[in-house]
Amino acid sequence: MTTYMNTARARAIESAPKLGSISAKRKRKCLALNIMLYISAGAICLLSVSLIGYILYRGIPHITWDFISSKPSFLKGTEGILPSILNTLYIIFMTLAVILPLGIGAAIYLNEYAKNKKAVKMIEFAAETLSGIPSIIYGLVGMLIFVQMFSLETSLIAGALTLAIMTLPTIMRTTQESLKTVPTNIREGSLALGAGKWHMIRTVVLPSSVDGIVTGAILSAGRIVGESAALLFTAGTANEIYGIINAVLPGNAGSTLTVSLYMYAKERGEFDYAFATAAILLILTFLINMLAALSSKLLKGKR
Amino acid sequence: MEKVKKTAHILEKIMRTIFTVCGFFAAVLVVVITVFLLISGIPAIKEIGIVDFLFGKVWASTADDPSYGILPFILTSVYGTLGAVLIGVPTGIMCAVFLSETKKGIFGNIVRKTVDLLSGIPSVVYGLVGMIIIVPAVREVFGLPDGANLFSAIIVLAVMILPSVISVSETALRAVPKEYKEASLALGATKTETVFGITIPAARSGIITSVILGVGRAIGEAMAVMMVSGNVPNMPGLFESVRFLTTAVASEMAYSSGLQREALFSVALVLFAFIMLINLILNFAVKKKGK
Repeated sequence: MTTYMNTARARAIESAPKLGSISAKRKRKCLALNIMLYISAGAICLLSVSLIGYILYRGIPHITWDFISSKPSFLKGTEGILPSILNTLYIIFMTLAVILPLGIGAAIYLNEYAKNKKAVKMIEFAAETLSGIPSIIYGLVGMLIFVQMFSLETSLIAGALTLAIMTLPTIMRTTQESLKTVPTNIREGSLALGAGKWHMIRTVVLPSSVDGIVTGAILSAGRIVGESAALLFTAGTANEIYGIINAVLPGNAGSTLTVSLYMYAKERGEFDYAFATAAILLILTFLINMLAALSSKLLKGKR
Repeated sequence: MEKVKKTAHILEKIMRTIFTVCGFFAAVLVVVITVFLLISGIPAIKEIGIVDFLFGKVWASTADDPSYGILPFILTSVYGTLGAVLIGVPTGIMCAVFLSETKKGIFGNIVRKTVDLLSGIPSVVYGLVGMIIIVPAVREVFGLPDGANLFSAIIVLAVMILPSVISVSETALRAVPKEYKEASLALGATKTETVFGITIPAARSGIITSVILGVGRAIGEAMAVMMVSGNVPNMPGLFESVRFLTTAVASEMAYSSGLQREALFSVALVLFAFIMLINLILNFAVKKKGK
């Protein structure tokens, strides 16, 4: 109610019947509905906090320097998550390297070039369809196309290409949103000074929509970190440490953090390591979310 | 000068072509995915027979006399999704109403933050917690030999669809014009009656969209349900160990071959058909909202 204070509206609302002046039956009904609202919100809040708290509580004691800095080896008797951390980073960067140009290009086409409304509708429907397809189907199709047809074998690059298809709608949507916010008058100013369309896009439109693009990229990175089903059959479950060059070459399979977590929990039943990996994943996801919020704030302020 | 103009002109044309190609890439991808799934999924359906495949009650892909009936998977996916929606949607909508009505205040902010946190948790993490907490709890509470069953999967799925249901419903509830509420309040309805009698019905189509999104998310989830549902191809029962359409693909793909492998692609095709159906309904719901 405080938001309406000091306005005529507020007075009108304040004069609405108070709970005291209505029949007991209505009063009971309102009270019951209100209690339900608070219980639902409280339950979800409690659930979320206890879920995250439990994972961190079980996981953090097992995050040791050895665990982060070594790879699993039967010979040395070590258990470590370093390959998965590296593979996750490799896949994030490879995916973004592939999909950023494509997704931004698609958004530019939709927002700047496309004149045919039907074509725009069709493309937007296609993007929506892509964002609704479950990741296990992306995994299968990625296996058919990249692993088998392009014979990349089970490899990091095949996984990254699969995830690129999956993140296309996110990049497209966020870029399109930020392209829309570029005001018409500065576009027209640029065109009036004799700039071609591409010149206008490159010098005026893209620089002022960079905040949305960066935020979209970070959000996609978050989605890539959490992805598992699409990677199981495309990037594989190996635990090797690769250099940057080997990571891009076909045939070098590797599991990301999520896939390692799945293997620890489901295939090997080593729940301490699974929880440690889960805690690392959560921390990573929170960092990425914070980065997304921070970047959109900072870049917007700069504009 | 003339030369500069010409190269600039050519560059403009090249860039226009590149952007057009990028633009249609999404549409091409949808076609490619559909075609690949059809090509790899149809042969096994033909060989098994579409009736035997869709309505066969026994899945025994590795037996001497293999049988490929996926009715258990289809029903499990449908029941699992329905159960998750029954639990998750009312709770989610209530939470969305709470968030849209309490615009400020510490408690509202805390709830909003925690919902954001919930949406960022990877699905394998949900699966892990389900394995460690929900499965043993279900076993103890209901006195079962094994707690990895449809009921556990429904609980995990219900939690997983909450964030999308809440955020889409909240946006829809907030978009309801202030005048509607004010008219209702002026007529003597209390705040609670206004919310449930006016705001929710007015935001109906947005709320329906959130439910359909939740259905899509639940039916497509693989890893989390794989970890809590027991993964046995039984006909679904609330306390039976079951296998979903998604987990059927994920669990056998690694070691499958021949007809078994082809049948798994057919399972994926059926799942894809479900998802496309949901997309069409979603498209229809959004269009109706525009009118």
